[in-house]
Amino acid sequence: MKKLLKMSKTSKQNYITYAMVLVVALIAGVMDATGNMSSLMSGLLVPVCAYVILAVALNLCVGILGELSIGHAGFMCVGAFVSAFFSKLMASTIPVAWIRFTLALILGVGFSALIGFLIGLPVLRLKGDYLAIVTLAFGEIIKNVAAVLYVGRDSKGLHFSLQDTMSLGLEKDGEVIIKGAQGITGTPNDSNFVIGVILVLVTLIIVNNLVNSRDGRAIMAIRDNLIAAESVGINITKYKLIAFSISAALSGIAGVLYAHNLNTLMSTSKNFGYNMSIMILVYVVLGGIGNIRGSVFAAALLVILPELLRFLNDYRMLIYAVILIVVMLFNWAPSALAFREKVKAKWKKTPDSTKKEVA
Amino acid sequence: MELLEVKDLTIIFGGLHAVDGFHLSIKKGQLYGLIGPNGAGKTTVFNMLTGVYRPTEGKIFLDGKDITGKKTVEINQAGIARTFQNIRLFKKLSVLDNVKVGLHNQYHYSTLASILRLPSYFKVEEQMNQKALELLKVFDLDQDADTTAENLPYGKQRKLEIARALATGPKLLLLDEPAAGMNPNETLELMKTIRFVRDTFDMTILLIEHDMKLVSGICEELTVLNFGKVLAQGKTADVLNNPEVIKAYLGE
Ligand SMILES: Nc1ncnc2c1ncn2[C@@H]1O[C@H](COP(=O)(O)OP(=O)(O)OP(=O)(O)O)[C@@H](O)[C@H]1O
Ligand SMILES: [Mg+2]
Repeated sequence: MKKLLKMSKTSKQNYITYAMVLVVALIAGVMDATGNMSSLMSGLLVPVCAYVILAVALNLCVGILGELSIGHAGFMCVGAFVSAFFSKLMASTIPVAWIRFTLALILGVGFSALIGFLIGLPVLRLKGDYLAIVTLAFGEIIKNVAAVLYVGRDSKGLHFSLQDTMSLGLEKDGEVIIKGAQGITGTPNDSNFVIGVILVLVTLIIVNNLVNSRDGRAIMAIRDNLIAAESVGINITKYKLIAFSISAALSGIAGVLYAHNLNTLMSTSKNFGYNMSIMILVYVVLGGIGNIRGSVFAAALLVILPELLRFLNDYRMLIYAVILIVVMLFNWAPSALAFREKVKAKWKKTPDSTKKEVA
Repeated sequence: MELLEVKDLTIIFGGLHAVDGFHLSIKKGQLYGLIGPNGAGKTTVFNMLTGVYRPTEGKIFLDGKDITGKKTVEINQAGIARTFQNIRLFKKLSVLDNVKVGLHNQYHYSTLASILRLPSYFKVEEQMNQKALELLKVFDLDQDADTTAENLPYGKQRKLEIARALATGPKLLLLDEPAAGMNPNETLELMKTIRFVRDTFDMTILLIEHDMKLVSGICEELTVLNFGKVLAQGKTADVLNNPEVIKAYLGE
């Protein structure tokens, strides 16, 4: 009981975030189940979860660690392809969907984390904004490699090529698993909205728990003042790497979720290119840099917004852009901030405290 | 016994001998002052002592161990903590968390324990909270524990920096102009606090300060730096009455 009363303000805020996610998910789930949702919207439910996870992961990197990344879609791409490859390979070997998906998740996340670690190892040692450049390049390379990758299987094992199906040299009964630009077809659809919501919550819990811990404080100390962090003995490279690797791993979760919701997983500029990385960055900025709850709702809203605005036909993207600008102003313009502070202050003022102020 | 021994410390910035042949020895438990006109090289000495700059020449010994050229993080772990002339707090963190970052290397639990909220997380966090609040109390900051550091008034920010430095459990504390920007009352209170810290934590303190009342009030010995060179060294009263020193301060 005492512990509960002593629960800090931040953990209370975190529980409110989880509750909000659950409520929104429940409403969406009920609407979907009772047929009160367009099929397009219904098809967006899992992708929304994936982009929410990706935005939270990116906010860990940009807002908590304070390092700019323009290649987070690349980590999502790694998670997507590694896990989809595994699931297709094991589709008949492991018939139980949830076991297969769990293993695919572990594998996809593990690979994304590893690649994040390998990129961070040299780059995060440097002082300056090198990470942005390197992640931009990484994202494009991964997207392009995934688009020309051929993998096949026959009785001799796995065959790899970056040219075409022929050069795989498969036996007659061999099977092509990843087929270049056509990607992976027939991945078992092991993810669904419930799994998506669970993974969103898992991501949120991981990030919030990390932030409110010894490691999280070290990470934010580096963000706030690198020289001071060094002066109190914080190992800068270590904590930058921890934060960046976890951010990459969480992006991998987004990829796994995304891939197992599709019949065909292809790597294109639209889903894994830098446009997407920048789009995610837009969600993070609009939701508030370092504000985890903000990322959740900014991402969810902005992913479904074009769908909600469909009735506007040709004016759709115009209105979308206008909404982005308005949200931006509302969140960041000094006068809007001041106005919000004023409203908040008025709201908080009880009659009691006003009296005290006069006296 | 000498806690800090500095010999022939020199650093050259593109031809400028910012510090030239600096030497110093401080005994354990001493309250020592480093003074000198603007641009004399005082902060640069601190930056060399804490590994921010690598000296061109010279040696630094802490407790008999050579720490010359070591990295800032290693030097902090060896036992030197500092504050900064231009305050460097973790602005967006709470006052309590600033001190807890200082405690980072004395308390441990794994990353996994924090993510899974294992019992070790709660146990160690509780210990850290207690220790941090204890330190904040010394500086009369315990009421502000939940305040975001950047929202503290200036004088309290300076005190918080000292608390954070102390939290790292140093043998030697370096304070760069701790009274800068404080009013006379705050300065007086700070003098008491610095003495209190020395006495209760058995701390050795080297401080840079322009406020002569503070310097003459609490420093037992002084070194005067002028144009990067040691101008005078010794007991506070003697140094402050040295005609050379008076000349350097008042100008020709
Ligand atoms: N990184 C650097 N590169 C070049 N010159 C530097 C550097 N750091 C300090 N200096 C120069 O070294 C000299 C000493 O500077 P320092 O900051 O140590 O003076 P100070 O005694 O602390 O002065 P103040 O009382 O104004 O704080 C100055 O001339 C300064 O311009
Ligand atoms: Mg200085």
